[in-house]
Amino acid sequence: MSDASYDSRPLTGEYEAQFGDYFALLKPRVMSLVVFTALVGLLVAPVAVHPMVGFSAILFIAIGAGASGALNMWWDADIDQVMKRTAKRPVPAGKVAASEALAIGLTLSVMSVVMLWLATNLLAACLLAFTIFFYAVIYTMWLKRWTPQNIVIGGAAGAFPPLIGWVAATGSVSLEAVLMFGLIFMWTPPHFWALALFMKSDYHEADVPMLTVTHGRKTTRTHILVYTVLLVPVALGLALTSIAGPLYLAVAAFLNLVFLRGAWQIWKRDEAVAEADGYAVEKKVFRFSLIYLFAHFGVLMIEGVAFRFGLWGPLGGL
Amino acid sequence: MAFGKTHEIHERRSGRNIGVALTLIAFIAVVFGLTVAKISTSGPIEGFDHAPRPVLADRAGD
Repeated sequence: MSDASYDSRPLTGEYEAQFGDYFALLKPRVMSLVVFTALVGLLVAPVAVHPMVGFSAILFIAIGAGASGALNMWWDADIDQVMKRTAKRPVPAGKVAASEALAIGLTLSVMSVVMLWLATNLLAACLLAFTIFFYAVIYTMWLKRWTPQNIVIGGAAGAFPPLIGWVAATGSVSLEAVLMFGLIFMWTPPHFWALALFMKSDYHEADVPMLTVTHGRKTTRTHILVYTVLLVPVALGLALTSIAGPLYLAVAAFLNLVFLRGAWQIWKRDEAVAEADGYAVEKKVFRFSLIYLFAHFGVLMIEGVAFRFGLWGPLGGL
Repeated sequence: MAFGKTHEIHERRSGRNIGVALTLIAFIAVVFGLTVAKISTSGPIEGFDHAPRPVLADRAGD
């Protein structure tokens, strides 16, 4: 029997999914942030790992993150279709069937966890499994459609990669790893709420209980300011640990000052002013928040290399 | 069963098939590289190589 013994031609106008469509299920842009932060967690750890083991650890953490993205697209296909920002994703666009996204998500989840265990250690694999579960089940299936605090609690899933990178190298959790987790965790709410302020119709139409929809825009502005204030001690606290030095302190102090100023400006504005200038401040703060996170982890990486070569040392070394 | 190009599905799905093939090859390379790295950084695997080890035999008698 030939594999071509049936008529497999697509119906007129039907789209044939390409490899890139399946890859898009893994949310490559989110994966890039995961790869970067996990790499920093691995490199700043006090234990040197074999380059191949390090590469494999980052790869499987990224695949695990991608798998949770595919599961998210499977479950959220209905609301992704409604929101402009997500309507072009492979499942809502009709390029990939939701069942295929589920199969790919589950397969890659199991594969990434088992391979991370074999490559590094059981604790790192368990943390990756928990991250996938947290993002796909706790956040996607439960919190996202239930509470306006979805972003706050769900943000933990995105905060795990540097912690897993650290554990992959050391085999244990420590203060430095927890603070790296805390940095992303506290950064997520102001980042996404700034986005929600200027993508306002999207979440409303999809009936996602974003803070902007449930508690109004003034409350959201206040929450952005509060979470940014809470973020500052976490970011600066990292400067007192063994993985950060004077360069990190200088950069973090400057970035936090700018972020605080942006959050303050958002808080002071009302809707009429924001509408008038097309949400210019909110968009600026959203873009800056991306630079903020990349710069913090970038400096940690630079100082990690500097410490290793003995160029200079940490400030406190808690 | 012919392995030649017998159906238009081969052409239509060639991009997808090549992508899957390259991914599998990359996965094999990663597993192989990881195995080499693990073996080269671990200690000697004595006692599991089917070779007589008088030292181990003596210990077993203790």
